[in-house]
Amino acid sequence: MRRPVLPRQTLVRHLLLAAGFAAVLYVVTLLLSPFDNLRLASMAYYFVALAGLTLLTGLNGQISLGHGALMAVGAYTAAILISRDGWALLPALAAATVVTAAAGVLVGVVAARLRGPYLAGATLALAVGLPGLSDKYPHAFGGENGLTVNPPIPPSWLGADFPLERWEAWIACAAGLVTFVVLAGLARGRIGRSLRAVRDDEVAAQLSGLDVARTQILAFVVSAACAGLAGGAFVAVTQIAAPGAFQLALSLSLLTGIVLGGLGSLWGALWGAVALVLLPVWSDNLAHSLSLSTDVQANLPLAVYGIVLIAAILAAPAGIQGAVHRLACLVKARAVSNPNEEGA
Amino acid sequence: MTRTARTAALCVASVTMAAAVAGCGSSGGSSSSAPGVTKTSVTIGSHQPLTGPAAPGYSEIAPAAKAFFTYLNAQGGVNGRKINYVYKDDGYNPTNTVNVVRQLVLQRHVFAIFNGLGTPTHTKVVPFLTAEKVPDLFVASGCPCWDDGAGQPETFGWQPSYQIEGKLLGAYLKANFAGKKIGVFYQDDDFGQGGLTGLKEEVGSQVVSAQPYQPGGTNVAPQITAIQKSGAEVLVDFTIPAYTALGQLTSFKLGYKPQLVVSNVGIDPTTVGGLLKEFSKGKAGTALIEGAISDIYLPSTTDASNPWIALFKKIHDQYDAKAPFDGNVEYGMAAAYTFAQALKAAGKNPTRQSLVDAVEKGGFTGPGLVPFRFSGKQHGGYSGVQIAKLTNGAIVPVGVPQVTDPGTGPIKPYTTKQPAPGDNGVVKG
Repeated sequence: MRRPVLPRQTLVRHLLLAAGFAAVLYVVTLLLSPFDNLRLASMAYYFVALAGLTLLTGLNGQISLGHGALMAVGAYTAAILISRDGWALLPALAAATVVTAAAGVLVGVVAARLRGPYLAGATLALAVGLPGLSDKYPHAFGGENGLTVNPPIPPSWLGADFPLERWEAWIACAAGLVTFVVLAGLARGRIGRSLRAVRDDEVAAQLSGLDVARTQILAFVVSAACAGLAGGAFVAVTQIAAPGAFQLALSLSLLTGIVLGGLGSLWGALWGAVALVLLPVWSDNLAHSLSLSTDVQANLPLAVYGIVLIAAILAAPAGIQGAVHRLACLVKARAVSNPNEEGA
Repeated sequence: MTRTARTAALCVASVTMAAAVAGCGSSGGSSSSAPGVTKTSVTIGSHQPLTGPAAPGYSEIAPAAKAFFTYLNAQGGVNGRKINYVYKDDGYNPTNTVNVVRQLVLQRHVFAIFNGLGTPTHTKVVPFLTAEKVPDLFVASGCPCWDDGAGQPETFGWQPSYQIEGKLLGAYLKANFAGKKIGVFYQDDDFGQGGLTGLKEEVGSQVVSAQPYQPGGTNVAPQITAIQKSGAEVLVDFTIPAYTALGQLTSFKLGYKPQLVVSNVGIDPTTVGGLLKEFSKGKAGTALIEGAISDIYLPSTTDASNPWIALFKKIHDQYDAKAPFDGNVEYGMAAAYTFAQALKAAGKNPTRQSLVDAVEKGGFTGPGLVPFRFSGKQHGGYSGVQIAKLTNGAIVPVGVPQVTDPGTGPIKPYTTKQPAPGDNGVVKG
């Protein structure tokens, strides 16, 4: 019997994988221009949010249209702690995660009592209502103006000329790697099995001794924690927390991201994050090359989201990751049927 | 496929992806003396509200500036270089502003940011532009916060600071509406607060109610009702056009008819009249703002005898005919003219530093009714305004232009004659 390449212990294996990703990302950030490093940073914080959402929706079968609002909770927590109380970035990110997880408990308790469209409606209300708090309490949250924080300063041992954008990309990618290790571990372990069992059949899960409501709340808490971390990383990258960033469109695009990438898998979340950053760029370029009027141009990205989503559901219902997987299976099947072609 | 092969494939895939992403990134960076400057062109960028709550009216500014640059380029440009003006929509949403400005600076490598519009939006990018040492000329906002040569050496205002506007409007009210109660309806940011501060400098004791609004909402009845209840006989608006219109419609519904005073940014009759018509589904129009007191720092667009208006009208008809010829178009062209002056003064081979130095040296005269306040320390725009009154749907100046400072300095009349534009509008140094 051949020894597996990666060790069998889940944690060790995921840590090794994360180290591999970190090495690749390190090289990539050295090669990228400052602006592309920023794009990478956006992909990384989107990945954090999408990974959390895909655990909730993909593994546990609960829908959330309110994850943009949960990101706002994390973002405002981080922004307030950094700008008003002078916290360092790392504890502020941790606090953003914890505070949003606490908010996730509240939402989760409500969510565990609701099903399907009612859950969608309740979380939708969160997405619509929460950003309004900023206008209601302008002295605490800065109103429409939002809160601004100073850019994170790269540590001095990296050199005086170390580009800010690369440092921002590192921060966001580090958040992404931590999320990957934690969620991959959760998904493979007992908790992951419970989540799936509840998703597939609540009655059967209950008969097997699982506490359905508790499992669902747990899923919401983990998912909210990820959204909070994503919001914190968003503040570290853009230096701003303003209601305009966390409108309903964000929540919807997050949902689009996980469906497009492939529901329930972290790879899917990664593809989704790449798509969320690159789709608007492409649609923008398209709008420019067609020299459309400004009104059309401004709304084109949303239309493109919609069209791509419809096309994806029709052509690849399991998302990009599903398509990749199917392709891999096809290749494998051919390799098996023609064993003489290559010495597999 | 064995586990090994799968892992190998995974590694190959990730490395290929990394290389592909890296490939997109390596294209930037031209090796000229200054970013965005070539032998034949200068590329500058801007963020503008082409959509969103501030779009009505203000979305005409950037196309008008572009029209002026196109005209100038047809005359040979500035020092032999054509000005390439790239403006991006931020929807008056600060988060978008951060994104588009970073894109312009880091990806498009623009030489300078020009006329970036809005107080809540532009304040979010000033730290970035300061850190990257990108000239940030002539912000399209009168926030007193641009006037900080020590802290933000790259950033310069253009229009009079809202504080100066508030102060001069206040002085006019003190002289002409002595003892009357004043209510203030203002945008709850540096724009409205700056105006309110300046106004209180002169008529603090007369202000009986000051009600803020957040841009984005559409119900301003609570604010207007509170002002009406306070018994204010004069209503001063520090509002963007959409809120001037909303405020007037609400006043009309409540049967509240105070003397209206609106600072410059919120009064353009074409814009506000159009919005009044739109919001009331055709039932109201400019009649609701007729007789309003305001202030100007550029000649009135209806003054056909003014050579600047004639020039701008000519350029408008040739390159920007789709837009109405209103205050926004004039604003864009006048700001573009000042930029061209600064670029010319920055020398044959402009650098970012020489451009900043040229503005600090100052001395630009042009379409403005009053001089600029530019110096090493002062980065504020025009130093004053002229009071004006909306008469028969047109802005009609009253008295003479006045200049002052944003603090407690004296108010003086300014009577130096406005220079005429050069032949064909070619920029004079």
